[in-house]
Amino acid sequence: MSLHGRDITSIRDLSREEIEEILASARKMIPYAEGSKVVHPLAEKIVAMAFFEPSTRTRLSFEAAVHRLGGNCLTIADAGATSLRKGESLYDTIRMLSSYADAIVIRHPNEGSARLAARASDRPVINAGDGAGQHPTQTLLDLATLHEAFGTLTGLKVVLLGDLKYGRTVHSLAYALAEFGSELILSSPRGLALPEERREELKRVGGRVSEQPDIRKAVQEADALYVTRIQKERFVDESEYREVAGSYRIDASVLASAKPRLIVMHPLPRAGEIAPEVDQTPHAAYFRQAFLAVPVRMALLASVLGSSRRGG
Amino acid sequence: MRELKITPIKNGTVIDHIGNGLALEVLRIIGVRELDKDSSVSVAIHVRSGKLGWKDIVKVESMELSPRKVNAIALIAPTATISIIRDYKVREKRVVDLPSRIVGVLRCPNPTCISNQPEPIESEFEVTDRRPVVLTCAFCERRVDDFLRHLA
Repeated sequence: MSLHGRDITSIRDLSREEIEEILASARKMIPYAEGSKVVHPLAEKIVAMAFFEPSTRTRLSFEAAVHRLGGNCLTIADAGATSLRKGESLYDTIRMLSSYADAIVIRHPNEGSARLAARASDRPVINAGDGAGQHPTQTLLDLATLHEAFGTLTGLKVVLLGDLKYGRTVHSLAYALAEFGSELILSSPRGLALPEERREELKRVGGRVSEQPDIRKAVQEADALYVTRIQKERFVDESEYREVAGSYRIDASVLASAKPRLIVMHPLPRAGEIAPEVDQTPHAAYFRQAFLAVPVRMALLASVLGSSRRGG
Repeated sequence: MRELKITPIKNGTVIDHIGNGLALEVLRIIGVRELDKDSSVSVAIHVRSGKLGWKDIVKVESMELSPRKVNAIALIAPTATISIIRDYKVREKRVVDLPSRIVGVLRCPNPTCISNQPEPIESEFEVTDRRPVVLTCAFCERRVDDFLRHLA
């Protein structure tokens, strides 16, 4: 099935086969993402980066992906500088942008904003994070990291550690891994467990899910440890934040009993969850994960926008 | 011979077999304040019912319900039947039926959902489960199974 002209607002918009197709295409994009080969399927194309919420790596890796593919970017990097400040609706802003660009990448603080944008735009919309909602390209690059390390996404044991309540990346990743038939081990501080609704959803797709609050025990059998940051901005109550912040930290001693091939992943930025000493171990995969954002986003942009006629 | 607790209406709508105690919610959906001068409303609460044990009934004179209001009633009172009365006779009787998409009836319970912001869109839910009914917000994917609290 072609992704050409499609909106990508949620990982659920993509079938398992389409995800595999994007990951295969991303693997081929690696030398182009590194700059050792050159390809320009997006020549003469303009991609609007509509970032209404601060973001460093997501925006920069999307921009790098567009540039590596020979395209150009129109960037809103500060919502305060747009007419949203003057009370313009997101709908109108996107409607206008869609007449200037060939595709729109959107990051916005409200859940569901990418779906709204997709309705407002007659050009493809890619969700780069909508509040605590979906962030499908993060999930794709997480899957790409696991696939690169293990050659498969089936039958892996993946520990999800940290803020499983507010962390949007883990919700989409858990769903995708459950669909691919990997096993999930959840480990979260009190009060930050995976919401019941998400757990039900994993069950519906046949996910094998267990809990292990003791991180040392959790990593013993695992193939991958996915660590998340505790998201201060998602807490209403500052004291609740302080209570759980810093309640878990991965260092060499935690990884001492891990399998030699265990990889440690993190969507970054980290805020003390992973000690710098882990960077020197073969377990550290988070900087590779950050790099894979570029070939994955290149693969997606090339599929959605590249070569063939629009709307095909 | 059954005792008639409410007098028949000449023209209008009878909503029967409303779950016991839900008549006031149905009135809220109908929007009593929006009624025109010819409409009078009769309400029977806690009436014996062969099917339900106890039920509520609402009769509205000179008014037929919009599809949107019928959808809202279907959500909170799925057992209800709606009869259209013309000249004292039942011209049409049907059970309420839930469509696959519910537009503009409920507010999304997620306060930060884009559908709760000042945008030129209506709330929209997909019916993702029918027994019991569960709706999923078409924007933020939040699931809702408690409809009374979220009527728009």
